[in-house]
Amino acid sequence: MARTTKNSAARGAVTGFLTKWASIIALIAIFGFFALKMPQLFLTSSNMITILRSISVTTIIAIGLTVTLAVGGFDLSSGSMATMSGALVISFFVWYQMNMWLAIPLAITATMALTLITMFLIVKCKIPDLLATLAMMFMLDGLSLTYSGGGAVSEGMPRFDGTPTIGKIPRMFKDMGQAPAIIIIMIVIVIIIHIFLTYTKYGRYIYAVGGNKEAARLSGIPVNRYRIFAGMLSAVFIGLGGVLVASRNMSAQIQGAAGYAMPAISAVFIGRSVAGADKPNAFGTFIGASLVGILENGLIMMSVPYYSLNAVKGVVLAIALASTYYSSKSEG
Amino acid sequence: MSENMCTLEMKDISIEFPGVKALNNVNFTMRSGEIRAVVGANGAGKSTLMKVLAGANETYTGDIFIDSQHYELRTPRAAKDLGIELVYQEVDTALFPYLTVGENIMFNSIVTGMKGRAMIRWRKINKSARDILRQLNMDIDVTRKMSSLTLAQKQMVLIARAVREQCRFLILDEPTAPLSLGEVAELFRIVKELASKKNVGIIFISHRLPELFQICQSLTVMKDGQVVANRTVDSSLTVQDIVNLMLGRSFEENFPKIPAPIGDVVIEAEHLMDGEGKVRDVSFSIRSGEIVGVCGLVGAGKTELCKLLFGANRMGAGTVRYKGKPISVHSPTSAVRQKIALVPEERRKEGVLVSEPVYFNLSAACLGKFANRFSFIVRSLEIANAKKLVGDLGIKTPSVYQRVKYLSGGNQQKVAVGKWLTSDSDIYMLDEPTKGVDVGAKRDIFQLIQSLAKQGKAVLYASSEINEILAITDRLYVMYNGEFVTELETHKTTEEEILYYATGGRK
Ligand SMILES: Nc1ncnc2c1ncn2[C@@H]1O[C@H](COP(=O)(O)OP(=O)(O)OP(=O)(O)O)[C@@H](O)[C@H]1O
Ligand SMILES: [Mg+2]
Repeated sequence: MARTTKNSAARGAVTGFLTKWASIIALIAIFGFFALKMPQLFLTSSNMITILRSISVTTIIAIGLTVTLAVGGFDLSSGSMATMSGALVISFFVWYQMNMWLAIPLAITATMALTLITMFLIVKCKIPDLLATLAMMFMLDGLSLTYSGGGAVSEGMPRFDGTPTIGKIPRMFKDMGQAPAIIIIMIVIVIIIHIFLTYTKYGRYIYAVGGNKEAARLSGIPVNRYRIFAGMLSAVFIGLGGVLVASRNMSAQIQGAAGYAMPAISAVFIGRSVAGADKPNAFGTFIGASLVGILENGLIMMSVPYYSLNAVKGVVLAIALASTYYSSKSEG
Repeated sequence: MSENMCTLEMKDISIEFPGVKALNNVNFTMRSGEIRAVVGANGAGKSTLMKVLAGANETYTGDIFIDSQHYELRTPRAAKDLGIELVYQEVDTALFPYLTVGENIMFNSIVTGMKGRAMIRWRKINKSARDILRQLNMDIDVTRKMSSLTLAQKQMVLIARAVREQCRFLILDEPTAPLSLGEVAELFRIVKELASKKNVGIIFISHRLPELFQICQSLTVMKDGQVVANRTVDSSLTVQDIVNLMLGRSFEENFPKIPAPIGDVVIEAEHLMDGEGKVRDVSFSIRSGEIVGVCGLVGAGKTELCKLLFGANRMGAGTVRYKGKPISVHSPTSAVRQKIALVPEERRKEGVLVSEPVYFNLSAACLGKFANRFSFIVRSLEIANAKKLVGDLGIKTPSVYQRVKYLSGGNQQKVAVGKWLTSDSDIYMLDEPTKGVDVGAKRDIFQLIQSLAKQGKAVLYASSEINEILAITDRLYVMYNGEFVTELETHKTTEEEILYYATGGRK
């Protein structure tokens, strides 16, 4: 009898370890699997760069969501918000011939302004995050299509009412979404937000509010101000994510960034438990996004047809999430 | 009923958590119909032992026997099937706030007793629930939403639920900590009835040692994860003896009052009202160096008053002056900025961030002090402060990095108090700060409060524990039904006088 109990105690320790490191183990396992399967294809430096490039946008949007989730919120509208930002930036170039240093900050500022509406719905009207951002998702989808005139925006394309456009998308804007630049942007953002959340007063307050709003309030922390602040910070990265999507496409597509929303949310949740943090954190999010990215890259290389890709991705994500959340019983 | 006499025996029970040996070869025996107290300092392992018995700590080692038959209690179900019920220290964790009282009482039969039926028979459920409450002489409407009940009523509901389940052993983990005197008497009546009429064995955990003599026949003392004594409770046993066994040293029960120089009026309030009639026309003042008590039964409005002053509840009318100047406190943030601190009553909900570590909690109220001018937190300062407080308050934890949810109840309370002690406020309000802390720790907390007074702070001490108010305050107000009914000098009053006013007596 004593032995069975020892075993169960040991099992507890093992699950504890697994929970902490599950995401990283999964990352290594998936990486190892593809590396062994296709050493010539997968394990090349150019492919590593490809992977990093392809996860950049997901990671940047996911960093925005990390902040939102850290303060105890949730966001379904990130994809639509990013699409809007992309539509704006391209239209600024093509329709209004703005230069890059004006267009990008303006697009991000607009994203922040729109997020202010979300925060108004959540903080002042007290609509639960999930519902408020669902409503915003619809609003933004309609809004960005209305803005672009129901179609895509790209260089040389006349406007909806037939007005010809003469604006050019700058060459440098294209470079921003290419290999070294976009990867560097991503890494810098991950590091900055990691430092911000872990080492500064504001990051600490954000986690305190996310941990227990009432206790935070009674500690004298201005809870609503931090929720709004977190929303604004998140908007910067989501807006930037949209800009980068536009840069990669060199145009603003209908629902251009919609596909990033779910992988980004998954990345945050996969990353939650990394190294026992047990809360949304920037480094974990990066690991989560890498896991998603490597998976996609490897599956494409193994010529899994694109139409089955999502099914496989979904299953692997579910497994990764299960291993992160499966913790000791006593935690309930 | 008394034919089903049975004995419960726990042998060599041990359990270990990372960094703590919470139970170390504990032996514990108990029979049905007995009311046995389990006492010990905060973190001694009382709750952990009881969780083992309730099947909530599946990783224990050792053996459990009922009537010499060996049982494995690895799931709550296994314990319930044997008729062992635990009413947790934190009652809210065991209740469903959106369901009615009736549903909460009958929950298990709703879950398991449906036998293939799909529809809930409301009338039957409510009737059975009402019957149980009537048997126990509890007066609660079964159709009320759980969330609208008071803490005491919630506890009654939990007991009613436990009793429904053919309960043989009922464990009450600090049930009296949040209750008023009247409610305690009511609880004791029910508990005694259960023991004598239904032959239920009651295990009773409490830090209010004097009350054990009213209700318990026997006593188990725990210290550092071990049972250090088993006694019968009779006239030869004194509170002092119990304290000695608990703390392993002799201990002066009366807390010496350290005199502090009294200065000018720091805070002054006139005709305070909240919108809801919980605080009605309250006026008072506190001088620097003074500890002023607000004494009243549970529900008298002490918590509401504190929250009002702290800006956490909306102010209806009245003025507050800080050192003579009128101030407006419209949110806790502005309160903190104006150097007002509040240790709130409900630690889990309002006081601590349970999933964050100890050091995180201890600096949450005054993070600015640990940040440099670029708002970066200076880890070494923060950790040093946390370590100091852990020492000063005797918080029992393997390290300052432990998450607060893994601390014992009393130690969580110490964290909730401790986080305000570094805040450099001028006015400290403490709402039942000793709830669930052991006598030794109570003394530590008292000492810290007195040292605050000595530094010239103004302290408002709200409590329903009259002996604490008598021990620590200079002056006190008695609160009844939202009003201050009288003001008394502590050294000139008595417990009886306070109780007279606290229960609605008038001059
Ligand atoms: N899940 C857990 N993980 C880690 N440590 C734990 C856990 N549960 C309890 N402990 C530790 O075990 C020890 C005993 O805790 P327990 O809750 O049994 O104390 P207690 O006697 O009930 O104290 P109190 O009077 O404060 O309620 C404490 O040091 C506590 O920190
Ligand atoms: Mg306890």
